[in-house]
Amino acid sequence: MVDLWDGLTQAFWLVLTGDPELAEIALRSLYVTLTALAIACVIAFPLAAFLAVRRFRFRRLIIAILNALMGLPPVVVGLIVYVLLSRSGPLGVLGLLFTPTAMIIAQVIIIVPLIASIAHQSLRDLWQEYHDLLISMNVSQRQKMRTLIWDARRALLTAALAGFGRGIGEVGAIMIVGGNIDNVTRVLTTAIALETGKGAFALALALGFVLIALTIAINLTIHWLGQTEREGRW
Amino acid sequence: MVFPLQVTGAETRRRGKVLVGPVSLHLAGVGATVVIGPNGSGKTSLLGLLHGTARLHAGTIAWQLPMDQARAVQSFVFQRPVMLRRSVVDNIAYPLLIRGLPKAKAMAQALDWAKRVGLGDMPYRAAPSLSGGEQQKLALARAFITAPQVVFLDEPCASLDGRATAEIEAILQDQKAQGTRLVMSTHDMGQARRLADEIVFLRGGQVHETGPAAQFFDAPQTDAARAFLNGDIVE
Ligand SMILES: Nc1ncnc2c1ncn2[C@@H]1O[C@H](COP(=O)(O)OP(=O)(O)OP(=O)(O)O)[C@@H](O)[C@H]1O
Ligand SMILES: [Mg+2]
Repeated sequence: MVDLWDGLTQAFWLVLTGDPELAEIALRSLYVTLTALAIACVIAFPLAAFLAVRRFRFRRLIIAILNALMGLPPVVVGLIVYVLLSRSGPLGVLGLLFTPTAMIIAQVIIIVPLIASIAHQSLRDLWQEYHDLLISMNVSQRQKMRTLIWDARRALLTAALAGFGRGIGEVGAIMIVGGNIDNVTRVLTTAIALETGKGAFALALALGFVLIALTIAINLTIHWLGQTEREGRW
Repeated sequence: MVFPLQVTGAETRRRGKVLVGPVSLHLAGVGATVVIGPNGSGKTSLLGLLHGTARLHAGTIAWQLPMDQARAVQSFVFQRPVMLRRSVVDNIAYPLLIRGLPKAKAMAQALDWAKRVGLGDMPYRAAPSLSGGEQQKLALARAFITAPQVVFLDEPCASLDGRATAEIEAILQDQKAQGTRLVMSTHDMGQARRLADEIVFLRGGQVHETGPAAQFFDAPQTDAARAFLNGDIVE
């Protein structure tokens, strides 16, 4: 039985000595999740704004589905993406299975509903506030969406952070579609799973601490970037 | 020119209940029309109907342009000002940016308007953090910056003190003198006397009496109008 202290010291040494393998894995984690996050935001924000400003027949249904998809089991997403990308699958010709791109695709699917749902909440509230003014000004649908997204940017940042959290800590889907291949698709979470399986608890714990530190660092950075526009002054 | 406006039997409802109407009115092209009447008499609803933001359930509202084009030369100042979560100048510039004006030009004009309404020393403050009077002035600047032909104002001085009211009235007088058509509601009879060329007196969602302001105030034709001017409770 190892204790947490072993993990912590090992994490400390790994970071301090600039372990190249650790750096590679950590960077790949960041690359996969940040790319997925950027793509997810580009999809989720306009979708959320559209659902906020546009009345149409299945709007409520779509919102309900989106909310339900927030709890989408990553393993199932991974499985579906695996089937789609596998050599005999409909997208097999692209040869994406077991690449970081496949992992990004899976993560985008997992975090879009989360970001879109959270974003929709705040954009809908803002739309309540703005509705009369923007209608009076004959503002086009596109301009409405742009205005809402821009003016709600802080709330959207929070939505993005939630998406980042879900993505960076996710293991089920990327394990399946990435395959946890050394030097190719291994990331922090899959490495932790692997080391734990091998019984290398201290190393697994060390990687875990690095993951947590990374998550906190990214959150603080983004939070700080958001704070540069201080309250009360724009 | 979007005027004259001919309103015939116009009506708007909400869940079957008539909010205002049927209303028939003729508004000519100059001056200020002031809509007065007790709370709930339909002032806000009538302004929204004329502006085209309240749904027209019956009758016609005929500007000299189609409704959407007519609205493009109108502005509306709400009873409770709507502040975009942006700075003061960004709020004022917004309608220009929507119309596709280059950012630098829009900002220069907005800064100019911020000064004209007395917000020149706080151009980069967050608009939602302004006081009620300052928000109302911002709303005026944002309404007038597009040089509209008509400005609707729904109780622009409700809950403002005497000084803020005077400042806002000065802006309105100035714009009126420059030829902007004003259509406003108020519950302040002093303000109605100072600004109105024409009065529309609403009661229970209907136009109860209408006419030139001088005539309305000196010799109201109906008992209800007389009572209302006396400050009596009119249902
Ligand atoms: N969204 C709404 N749903 C239901 N009823 C409404 C709605 N808006 C207004 N009404 C009703 O329509 C009537 C007219 O309202 P309106 O706001 O036009 O009156 P008003 O003269 O502007 O009143 P105030 O002086 O209080 O501003 C009122 O009886 C009001 O309760
Ligand atoms: Mg009203």
